[in-house]
Amino acid sequence: MSRFQRYVLTKAAWFLVAFIVALILNFYLPRMIPGNPVDTLVSQMAQGGADVQAMQQVYNTYIKEFGLDKPAISQFGTYLQHLVHGNLGTSFALYPTSVNSLIANALPWSIALQLPAILIGWLLGNLLGAIAAYRGGWFDWGGFVGSLFLSSMPYYCLAILLLYGLAVKFQVFPPGSGYSSNRAPNWSWGFFADALQHYWLPFLSLVIIFVGGQAIGMRSMAIYELGSDYVGYSKGLGISDNRIVRYIFRNAMLPQVTGLALSIGSLVGGALITEIVFSYPGIGSLLFDSIRQNDYPVIQGITLLIMVAVLVANFLVDIAYGFIDPRIRTAQTGG
Amino acid sequence: MSAVLPQSREQATGLSFGEALRARFRSLSALPSGRFFFSVILFLAILVFAILGPTIFNQHDPLQIVGGLYDTPSSKFWLGTDNFGHSVFTQLMFGTRTSLIIGFVAGLIATGIGVVIGTAAGFNGGFVEEALMGITNVVITIPSIVVLILLSIAISTRSIYSLALVIGVTSWPWTARAVRAQASSLRTREHVDIARLAGANTASLIVWEILPYMLSYIFMAFVLQLTSGILAEAALSMLGLGPSNSVSLGIMLHWALLWESVRTGAWWAFVPPTLFLTIIAFALLLLQSSLDEVFNPRLRRS
Repeated sequence: MSRFQRYVLTKAAWFLVAFIVALILNFYLPRMIPGNPVDTLVSQMAQGGADVQAMQQVYNTYIKEFGLDKPAISQFGTYLQHLVHGNLGTSFALYPTSVNSLIANALPWSIALQLPAILIGWLLGNLLGAIAAYRGGWFDWGGFVGSLFLSSMPYYCLAILLLYGLAVKFQVFPPGSGYSSNRAPNWSWGFFADALQHYWLPFLSLVIIFVGGQAIGMRSMAIYELGSDYVGYSKGLGISDNRIVRYIFRNAMLPQVTGLALSIGSLVGGALITEIVFSYPGIGSLLFDSIRQNDYPVIQGITLLIMVAVLVANFLVDIAYGFIDPRIRTAQTGG
Repeated sequence: MSAVLPQSREQATGLSFGEALRARFRSLSALPSGRFFFSVILFLAILVFAILGPTIFNQHDPLQIVGGLYDTPSSKFWLGTDNFGHSVFTQLMFGTRTSLIIGFVAGLIATGIGVVIGTAAGFNGGFVEEALMGITNVVITIPSIVVLILLSIAISTRSIYSLALVIGVTSWPWTARAVRAQASSLRTREHVDIARLAGANTASLIVWEILPYMLSYIFMAFVLQLTSGILAEAALSMLGLGPSNSVSLGIMLHWALLWESVRTGAWWAFVPPTLFLTIIAFALLLLQSSLDEVFNPRLRRS
């Protein structure tokens, strides 16, 4: 077995352990809530005036679905069995809608919002950071403090201020939501144009924060490289500035590429509150609603989705690093 | 060949490059102290507002109902009222206090766990190190927001301190990792060997020969944990998982959003907590980065 294969296998084993821990947490923690959630649900329905037969049917559905009449360990087995079949269960609040269909409706909105924001923010941020490090002077000082302020600003704070400034005070953009309330999502140009109108503001709020964070990271990496010995030595050898700049940025890019991959992994859970601020119909708003309604199956489905996305992204980054950087490939794993 | 080898970096970099570096150093060398004092004063101002504010302005009950739905700011209630008719100004003082308490407690717990695990791993090495770092790596890959959500749902009563505990026990791994690297490199220093030869036991080696050298790192790690603790509380509260029966900056924002203060233009309900969260995070991160430049001269571009 080659060294690289062993590296991949060790990494895979670690991620498997992390995944199992994540699954156990995801299964077990919501079950620590005192009382039986199904009883609570049914008593809520009774207060809402539902008839006895419907309640009995709902009750039986959930008891059977979770195996609530069986011990915890076999409930975990039932849970895993459902997961293997890609079944995340049935929503409490929106019975009998499946969690799968709720998430399938919300996920495309989240991806459409964040993927472009992450990519564009990453490109712009790295460019600005690199220029700031190389140029120095007022551009660097102003850019650094500005970026530090922007990147330390919680992303939802900027979202709230932008929403108020550009949609309420000055009505440049519509005040939140993913599309106008008199439209239903479909694949027409009219709907697309309408959704795009609503898209700009949440998009802007995310891009600005990303640019700040990336610029700071790139700047400090580039400064570190500017001060390293190989730069001085290359200067001494009379190598042209352009080529040295190329060396510097190639070295400084490595952690930035990791950052990009990791933010794509945390895409699902990365901007939950932005969606809440703008009432944008993505995963964040779905999570918010399910927390308010104690809709545990939906909450668990979303947390599982976030965890899987992050774990997969981390794993891919580690594997890619094994390819790119031979020092890591040969180094001790797991430490 | 030896003529090509640089005698010093200054010589090697050549005139123009050396000059450029020096110019940059001159323009930035004054910054760390200025930034340091600026951030400290900013944070102290917030701290005084949260701790002494209620006494100074003689307001002691943030949950007292003093008006109607989103009353505009007046001479009596400088920031108007929120959706329940509470005074926003009083809420802001107590909310900032709650957020800071949660941040401090969570930061202390996270830093404490991180230092213990990191030092034990870095100082002992071998199997202990591999086991502890294995655990750390597993915890690090599981996104903390998820564990936070699940834990906050699971605990039956969400008090300020139980929430701080939850945030603390989910955010230690980064500190553990950083501390391990420090402890591991300190372990091989000569002064540690000398103390060991003098017959010091492990406990006193760690307390007297390792920890003092890491204090600056530990303090910087604590500042980061404090910041992320405050922001984690805000995020959880905005998701609807904040401490019950109390007010924090996140809870203020939660209600302001739920009751549509942004879209109805009631700026006094959401601007103050938004600004305070931003200022606190900015002050603490600025403090952290200026401390970093004090302790870590290479970042000063010299």
